[in-house]
Amino acid sequence: MVVMTQRHMLHWRYRVLRGLGLGMEPSDKAVKEHPRLELSGITKAFPGVIANSDVGFKVAPGEIHALLGENGAGKSTLVKQIYGILKPDSGSILWDGREVDIPSPHAARALGIGMVFQHFSLFEAMTVLENVALGMDDPGKDRVALAKRIRQVSESYGLPLDPAREVHTLSVGERQRIEIVRCLLQSPRLLVMDEPTSVLTPQEVGKLFETLRKLKSEGCSILYISHKLNEIKELCDGATILRGGKVVAACNPREETARSMAQLMIGAEFRSVARREGGKDAGPVRMELKALSMAPEMAHGVPLKSINLSLRGGEILGIAGVAGNGQGDLLAAIAGERKAATAGAVVMDGKPVGRLGPAARRKLGLCTVPEERNGHGAVPDMSLTDNAMLSAHKRMGFMKGGFLDTAKSRSFAAEVIKRFDVRTPGTETAAGSLSGGNLQKFIVGREILQKPEILVVAQPTWGVDAAAAATIQQALVDLAATGSAILVISQDLDELLTLSDRIAVINAGQVSEAMPAATVSVEEIGLLMGGIHGTPEKGAA
Amino acid sequence: MNIDTLLPMLLTVIAAATPLLLAAIGELVTEKSGVLNLGVEGMMLVGAVIAFAVTVGTGSAILGIIAAAFAGIALSLVFGLLTLTLMANQVATGLALTIFGIGVSSLIGSSYIGTPVEKLAVLHIPGLSDIPVLGPLLFGHDILVYASVAITVLVAWFLKSSRAGLILRAVGESDLSAHSIGYDVIKVRYLAVMFGGLCSGIAGAYLSLSYTPMWVEGMTAGRGWIALALVAFASWRPWRVLGGAYIFGGVTILQLYLQGAGGIGIPAQVMNMLPYLATIIVLTVISAGPWRGRLDAPACLGKPFRPAS
Repeated sequence: MVVMTQRHMLHWRYRVLRGLGLGMEPSDKAVKEHPRLELSGITKAFPGVIANSDVGFKVAPGEIHALLGENGAGKSTLVKQIYGILKPDSGSILWDGREVDIPSPHAARALGIGMVFQHFSLFEAMTVLENVALGMDDPGKDRVALAKRIRQVSESYGLPLDPAREVHTLSVGERQRIEIVRCLLQSPRLLVMDEPTSVLTPQEVGKLFETLRKLKSEGCSILYISHKLNEIKELCDGATILRGGKVVAACNPREETARSMAQLMIGAEFRSVARREGGKDAGPVRMELKALSMAPEMAHGVPLKSINLSLRGGEILGIAGVAGNGQGDLLAAIAGERKAATAGAVVMDGKPVGRLGPAARRKLGLCTVPEERNGHGAVPDMSLTDNAMLSAHKRMGFMKGGFLDTAKSRSFAAEVIKRFDVRTPGTETAAGSLSGGNLQKFIVGREILQKPEILVVAQPTWGVDAAAAATIQQALVDLAATGSAILVISQDLDELLTLSDRIAVINAGQVSEAMPAATVSVEEIGLLMGGIHGTPEKGAA
Repeated sequence: MNIDTLLPMLLTVIAAATPLLLAAIGELVTEKSGVLNLGVEGMMLVGAVIAFAVTVGTGSAILGIIAAAFAGIALSLVFGLLTLTLMANQVATGLALTIFGIGVSSLIGSSYIGTPVEKLAVLHIPGLSDIPVLGPLLFGHDILVYASVAITVLVAWFLKSSRAGLILRAVGESDLSAHSIGYDVIKVRYLAVMFGGLCSGIAGAYLSLSYTPMWVEGMTAGRGWIALALVAFASWRPWRVLGGAYIFGGVTILQLYLQGAGGIGIPAQVMNMLPYLATIIVLTVISAGPWRGRLDAPACLGKPFRPAS
């Protein structure tokens, strides 16, 4: 492990030095200059919560600085203050050693701060050009010239973009490029990136890191927010760790292990997922897809093309893939939200169910967790009790003679909250008022505790912090151990490798052969995710 | 049908289309910013009565039109305060605004019933207006007819080519994105709502000063609702609003002529339904056909803006 890390570091150093074209470490330079950004004593309170309390750290010129923390640790609130969306209650922001006030994003951009949002700040029905222009304070009158600049800048950083395309026709990776290029066009001196890699293939992550290192070599500082500790080890020069709105530690990620950083983040012993050695003695086939084909539900979607898959009791089958390759329709086809052309296309425990609706399939023991939490996985304006009732009333027997037994549903909701550490004032809180990560814990927990025969989950730990993710993953593993069959559709490759017995890849509506997770390589999966079958890509990172 | 009967008919079509066009182009801008104001009918009525009262009082139709514009803006500001600042439901508030407008306009207008006013003067353009047939058809109108077309051209240019128009569309497309980039969503929406009020007020002025130069209670007779339907019919595009206004205006006039001609067996009520039927059919065809998803309805239409924190 130690040897690996050192080799990694050497490799990285070599790259940076080559990128800089100098034999000087970035930190040597930093000593002579003021920090690019220095926060001190930043405090921000909302009614009922103190989101940031006396937060302070420094980012040197040309430094890639990580901001780490669990959900609700106050990272997003903090960067919103740096970008001028929120105003700190107290504390000071120093820019190049000078105290500044950042009252708006316009002011932030004027200083040279660019921001790439976690949930993109894009306009779907508009073109790339219009989106870029909207994110700039002075895009100039000449749209043709701007289009040319977009092409130039995007290509010089290896992020090709067509300015005339409308955003809704682009993949998630391409959408992120718009956000990045939008910042680059304004020659930023500090780039803030909120969870940038959660939606990318391993190859796209590699490309992004090259871009970031190029920026770094040009002297741009980067504030990098991520849950992915391995990425932070690979990329970042320094890290500040937030917990409960306070800075609890600062460290050099390259001298830490992912485990030690996770422990700093959660402030307790980190329990990683205990996986049983399974797969070999998997049970009988619980669910089968046979030549399942389906037109896309959304305009511009990809059709499902003759998908064959079989899922055994006791196993966890992972489906990797970049967003927008048919995952949504695949889940809908299994859940029964969309019916297959023939009953035989979807088989559960030997029964053809392709023409049955979701309620009938749930009755047969299927539970599903869709990707979209608000509005699909939960009704935002209804309480957690009512949301538990909606999905669990049949299986958990919350109905008596046609009447709802709210007491039972409430105690079930309370159990989910307790078991999965959902942070909420109570069971009667509206689902929509929970933070994304907490709602995710509730929805996944609600389905797992129903002890389904077959469970299909999309993005089980999307936006959930490391500790909670481990809880969810452990619950999935434990459920599989009881003989349930579990299908996990996720973009998070690390997660699939941790959880799955077998992994298949979905690309452009086609699902590859499922491969044993123990022997498959990340590169192999990454290439399949990018739509390259068998032959390695030229010059792939 | 010879030219002598066709010409007056075409002139009345233009007259019928103008208030629809004015009100609809204003509502289009409002809706493009993501706000649905169902109070068009009420704002038109108040505009009509204020224009009439001021014109009678001062003797100046121009002052009447300006007063109507301000009356429309004032009502739209009430709507804006309730829906944008206080985050009331837009549909309910818009309906209330219409009902309020009906009441207020009756109250103000009660003493003006039966009062005559001079019809808004035709702008005589020497030379052009005297050309036979084309002259009266194209150059024989009052200032508001020209204004309605000019506003449409300006709005089309504004939305497509200006930076402010781009920001307006962005706010209607995704208020949260616009907010996070640093645009003042509420301010943009206030301005758009006020423009809608201004146009509705002027549309009302056209009714009471030119279309039928007098004050009658409830004289908009549902035109505000047709204007709302027109925006959806035109799938939120200014040029289609122009075409749609003239089609709907034509249908209204056709119905009058058919009634006058003793009817061809189609009840007048059926003809009255045509604009709404046409809107429903267009919306259905667009949403079901291969153009699905290209409806161009602003994604945030009717949703209140609540910044995350």
